[in-house]
Amino acid sequence: MGVVAAPREIGFSRPEPDMLLIRLAGNWIIADGLPSAADIINEIRSTPGMKRVAFDTRDLTEWDSSLVTFLIKVGEDCSRNIIEMVQEGLPQGVTRLLVLATAVPEQKDARKEVTRPPFLARIGTGAIRFGASAAEMLSFIGEACTACLQLLRGRARFRRVDLTLLIQQCGAEALPIVSLISALVGLILAFVGAVQLRMFGAQIYVANLVAIGMAREMGAMMTAVIMAGRTGAAFAAQLGTMQVNEEIDALKTMGISPMEFLVLPRMLALIFMLPLLCLYAVVMGILGGALVGVTMLDIAPLEYFYQTRDAIQMMDFVVGLIKSAIFGVLVALSGCLRGMQCGRSASAVGDAATSAVVTGIVAIVVSDGLLTVIYDLLGI
Amino acid sequence: MAGTETPIEVRDLTMAYGTFVIQRDLNFTVRRGDIFIVMGGSGCGKTTLLRHLIGLKAPARGQVFYDGVSFWEAQPDEQDRIMRRFGISYQSGALWSSMTLAENVALPLETYTDLRPGEIREIVTLKLSLVGLAGFEDFYPAEISGGMCKRAGLARAMALDPDILFFDEPSAGLDPISSRRLDDLILELRDSLGATVVVVTHELPSIFAIGNNSIFLDADAKTILAGGDPHVLLAECENPKVREFLTRGEAGAPAKSSGAALQSAAQCLAGQGA
Repeated sequence: MGVVAAPREIGFSRPEPDMLLIRLAGNWIIADGLPSAADIINEIRSTPGMKRVAFDTRDLTEWDSSLVTFLIKVGEDCSRNIIEMVQEGLPQGVTRLLVLATAVPEQKDARKEVTRPPFLARIGTGAIRFGASAAEMLSFIGEACTACLQLLRGRARFRRVDLTLLIQQCGAEALPIVSLISALVGLILAFVGAVQLRMFGAQIYVANLVAIGMAREMGAMMTAVIMAGRTGAAFAAQLGTMQVNEEIDALKTMGISPMEFLVLPRMLALIFMLPLLCLYAVVMGILGGALVGVTMLDIAPLEYFYQTRDAIQMMDFVVGLIKSAIFGVLVALSGCLRGMQCGRSASAVGDAATSAVVTGIVAIVVSDGLLTVIYDLLGI
Repeated sequence: MAGTETPIEVRDLTMAYGTFVIQRDLNFTVRRGDIFIVMGGSGCGKTTLLRHLIGLKAPARGQVFYDGVSFWEAQPDEQDRIMRRFGISYQSGALWSSMTLAENVALPLETYTDLRPGEIREIVTLKLSLVGLAGFEDFYPAEISGGMCKRAGLARAMALDPDILFFDEPSAGLDPISSRRLDDLILELRDSLGATVVVVTHELPSIFAIGNNSIFLDADAKTILAGGDPHVLLAECENPKVREFLTRGEAGAPAKSSGAALQSAAQCLAGQGA
């Protein structure tokens, strides 16, 4: 164009008493922001007897959508006040865009109404939704149980290769993160215990604290939480994506139960692998505790080992392993449930993964509480 | 391949999501050997109708009959038996992404036949070569193009030699040549397998190339506006919406009042002699 960016200009004059001539000059580009039509609209409204609005664009150098939105605003105000907008002075492209923009009137009922339902209505919908989701969860658990029965009768249909792959994914591949976290948890337990026990000169009992804490509680709990975040979320995302791609529909219409084909191997993999991971986590935790005991509390390694051996009994391991198997079921179920419930969009897959982790962790902690009470009643 | 001359009959079918009605009072019959087109603008419920036909979604009201058996009133094992006769090709292929193409096609065979692995492998190769994918047995769905995924989905749909083949938007997202090839393939399969084909589509070239019977769904009237051979509809149907659709907007008469539209819909249906 050769013209150095001239600033945007708006001016108006009144060549005739019932006519407003708006002068548009300079560069009207969106990079300079959207111009306000308020001045013009004020001018139109404040003058009684106005009949026409015309435009003078001789000094207009460049224009884009900013000019068109401006003109649409002016045009709307004109038609509200029954004033004719003379478009002859406008560049041809602008006129055509204005025609295009006003060709199809806005669909009034298409706009989404954002209404806030009253308080009681919201409580009601919340309760109904909660009831529905509880029913959905129960029926999912029921279906999972039927699938397990099918497995026991030897009639469950799934691919053995899927199961082995899943076992590898939620077993061996989880070892590094489980090692790190459980060693650190053992270390922390030892630290916390050491501070208190040293006051009585009883620091050797750090070994008991770490061993029992890890075997009965922390080993199972920490691995379950790790697996909820790692594997539960992955299950939800896998099944959710399959839902989006109609892969689950394809299974259903082929008469293959997604419950047996997809959920069952995932559940089995976690039930097998979580106790093993838990056992491994207990060992790592005890090693972490030993590190603190040996380096900070000056306990001889062998002494720490004997103290640990005397502190725990078989029952402590059994208690932890039963817990971890139950946690395995819960993590698998919540991951698969959220995946199967997933909607048909990318964001729904994200939501499914998030809610799988949340559901998983809540289920783990609640069931851990229940199990502890039950163990206490049984005296183990 | 026992069965009556009307493998599919839909009576008074109303489809709804919750209280939101998609289409109401649908009535139509698919004859044996038909290539039956379900057409209509975007969002009119074509795919939803398909989901009702293939047993994925229960109707709000009405019945779907397969060879005289009402699907939604049948016992689960009867439903299962009916669904075994379907082959379904999904919009995006819906291949199981964790399996290779060969495994995808093999799964229904492994599930429902007693064939040995070697025999299954042979059938899989045959089905894949029918859709022009010989040699791609060990590819995963993510490693091949969208059009190839669709064809592989078709190979899987054909795995058990179905009586009724359903296609959801077979040519959507394909280039003109591939979609022409797919149309030819559908015709070929109908003629060679003697299957009945139901196609959900809004691609005009496909509709005229393969369809010999059809229904036209409308999102505003929420029901069938016209039905019959697409060529006859193009030549004879008076309904402006149907004409506009079939001529790609060129014969678009200015929209009449909805009453007039419904009246001409009734004429169209009467003319079909249903």
